[in-house]
Amino acid sequence: MNDDTPRVLIVGAGPAGTRAAEALVAHGVAPIVVDEGARSGGQIYRRPPAGFTRPAAALYGFEARKAQAVHATLDGLRERIDYRPNTLIWNIEGGVAQALGPDGIERIRFDALILATGAMDRVIPFPGWTLPGVFTMGGSQVALKAQGCAIGDPVVFMGTGPLLYLVAYQYVHAGARVAAVLDTSHLSQAIPVFPGLLWGGRTFAKGLWYMTWLRAAGIPVRGGITPVAAEGQSALEAVRYRDRRGREHRIACTGLGIGYSVKSEVQLAELAGCEMAFDPLAQQWLPQADVDGRAIEGSVYLAGDGAGVAGADAAEVRGRLAALALLADKDIATDRASQARLRAKLRRIMRFRNALERALPVPFHLARTLPDETVICRCEAITAGDIREGRALAPAEMNRAKAFTRVGMGRCQGRVCGPAAAQILAAARGCAVEDVGRLRGQAPVKPLSIRAGAEAAVEDRSRAASI
Amino acid sequence: MSESRTDVVIVGGGLVGCAAALHLRSRGASVAVVEKNQLGAAASGVNFGGVRRNGRKLAELPIAARALAIWKRLPELVGSDCEYEITGNIKVARTDEHMDQIAAHAEAQAEYGVEVEMLGRNTLRDRYPWLGESALGAAYCATDGQANPRLVGPAFARAARAAGAMMVEHDGAQRVERDGSGFVVETESGRTLRGDTLINSSGAWGGRLAAQFGEPVEIWPMEPQMIVTEPAPYFMVPVLAVVGGDVYARQIPRGNVIFGGRSGTADLDVGFGKVHAEESLTTLARTIEIIPRIADLAVIRFWSGVEGCTEDHLPVLCPSRTTPGLVHAFGFSGHGFCLGPASGAVAAELALDGRSETPIEGFDIGRFDSP
Repeated sequence: MNDDTPRVLIVGAGPAGTRAAEALVAHGVAPIVVDEGARSGGQIYRRPPAGFTRPAAALYGFEARKAQAVHATLDGLRERIDYRPNTLIWNIEGGVAQALGPDGIERIRFDALILATGAMDRVIPFPGWTLPGVFTMGGSQVALKAQGCAIGDPVVFMGTGPLLYLVAYQYVHAGARVAAVLDTSHLSQAIPVFPGLLWGGRTFAKGLWYMTWLRAAGIPVRGGITPVAAEGQSALEAVRYRDRRGREHRIACTGLGIGYSVKSEVQLAELAGCEMAFDPLAQQWLPQADVDGRAIEGSVYLAGDGAGVAGADAAEVRGRLAALALLADKDIATDRASQARLRAKLRRIMRFRNALERALPVPFHLARTLPDETVICRCEAITAGDIREGRALAPAEMNRAKAFTRVGMGRCQGRVCGPAAAQILAAARGCAVEDVGRLRGQAPVKPLSIRAGAEAAVEDRSRAASI
Repeated sequence: MSESRTDVVIVGGGLVGCAAALHLRSRGASVAVVEKNQLGAAASGVNFGGVRRNGRKLAELPIAARALAIWKRLPELVGSDCEYEITGNIKVARTDEHMDQIAAHAEAQAEYGVEVEMLGRNTLRDRYPWLGESALGAAYCATDGQANPRLVGPAFARAARAAGAMMVEHDGAQRVERDGSGFVVETESGRTLRGDTLINSSGAWGGRLAAQFGEPVEIWPMEPQMIVTEPAPYFMVPVLAVVGGDVYARQIPRGNVIFGGRSGTADLDVGFGKVHAEESLTTLARTIEIIPRIADLAVIRFWSGVEGCTEDHLPVLCPSRTTPGLVHAFGFSGHGFCLGPASGAVAAELALDGRSETPIEGFDIGRFDSP
């Protein structure tokens, strides 16, 4: 590599990061790929730890081939890229990413950055959601894929979005007992956007297939439900919900997987200086970029679900597009025709995604009307009532609400509780959710070991002394 | 656009400005506060949260004593204790020379009624087994304490508003001028506020406003780099400070340890503090030496804010030398949180009476005049 080759850092080794790395290498640019996971694949194509023997078909269902292709691609690149698993980028400041890996803190200087940070579970709290035995959908998947166990026996899955049926299917397939699948959406909501859903072709068919498969397997699947509460003395014993006619039901279970699709992981994009704007469909502030993922020309590019959730197929396309945009901005010749094809493919996927989001709408409104005593911020034990009253201080926006009530002040720094808190605050103030703003992103994006931080500083000082 | 006329207009709605407004209302004066951002959110809201006299510069001790009396009355004054607690303060020395320094200072501050207990190495270790080997001795002041900075400024703002003060938020003063025998302030949104007297409590930006009235004061904007850990069992009751100032720390009963030491330099035109993580890593290393057990905790957040420092690290709190009716109360150099409630009261007295019973000799703006 000559000296003019840009030093590119890719954050994330899921489908987007992997395809971005592949495209860069194909153009003679060897990136640094940093990933929090022990093995590549990201969340959706999470690989089991080495030594696990369940076949890909059991782990990934219909997506097995895609997952394997993504895994094989990164494995194939490993000799040509600087791949750093088990490593968290906890801050980005002035062209340097601060990483915490197995050997401690490292500063990674970069000329350009591709953020493929992916998504995390979107949580809409409800009474009892903090009981042991209640998991997110992602957590339920991790238990199955990385730990080879179920979250309970029997298990109920509740929420909405494509993952609901996929995870339930994976559980049943793995031999777990699933007592019910409870969907806050209802198929009737899908009819008006049906033409859009057809754009998804096979993807939509697969969703229906999982649902049908579950029904055929004798699993009760209920649509249009409203969560009431998770119940139990010291751990989960049952879940209560209301059906479409308003009748309440109770299902005994020791594991409850809840999920309302996923939300983008945006903290690093914010620290990297991306402009943030409110997305009404996701009800989230998202970093802004053009169709190719160009957020700050020449320096910051976004790919995959971190720049707005569009799923794994889109992530692969967006990873390639971001890499091509970066290369073009660095005056490295790329194939315009393949770029055009990728853009067209992304447009098709996005049309389907938009329809899907409308067909399976996230019930954000559920947070707005939660009982006062419902815990919203579990780190700080802050309830919906605390946020509404602001402890009698009338906060006008989220950072003020955080200062007054401590909501979002714990380990997650609002990544989990922030969106629900914003809904509650907006409802209490009678304003739109975007009008209460967002919790400012601040380093470290995830908790940082003080020992590791101190060691990095000590090392630097001794180095400075020896110069 | 709206126009108002009050006895006093206050530019800068931090803790000092809001406390001044509350004090003015208690004296029956009408008052308007203009704040470009959120009330009580800049230096007032992002600082460390120490409320102490121990180790403070002697010139600040009289006003600190008055402040302490106000801190104790917070529930009655602003409806909340703002998590103010008298937890004590230990100023730790790591060298014999530093030990001599705090001993000498202990004698000097005793003249101002600040009683401290000098602790030798063994006593220190017995009382605070969590201290590291490098702690040689300390001055312990039982009357010092801490409070939650996020709550205090807004609480004064709310109390001032409830008492009838006009509180203008998110609308900075764009033009401040002499108007006959009084002052006129025009805000960004086009509001006009007239007042007989004007208090300049605009913190790090106070020097700019003073310069408009022919009294330039150089202000060095600082960004204290603050660190907060995940909650840990409550082990550290007093606030800790280390001679040399490169580590200060406190733990709240909730369990989080809040600490800092290093500062970045700020850009006043940016208007908010930036986190410089490298500075904080250095603070982590230095703090581990003095509180070894925090090595096992994780940092959950860094934050920063903007504070304005003067050349001698003392505030400017005095009547203007050039302009009758103008009162300065800015440049608190990182000392404005503890002193804030009393500084507001003094500024209010200067605005109404032209003088205050509280000694403020060291804070006159004329001290920066070149000879």
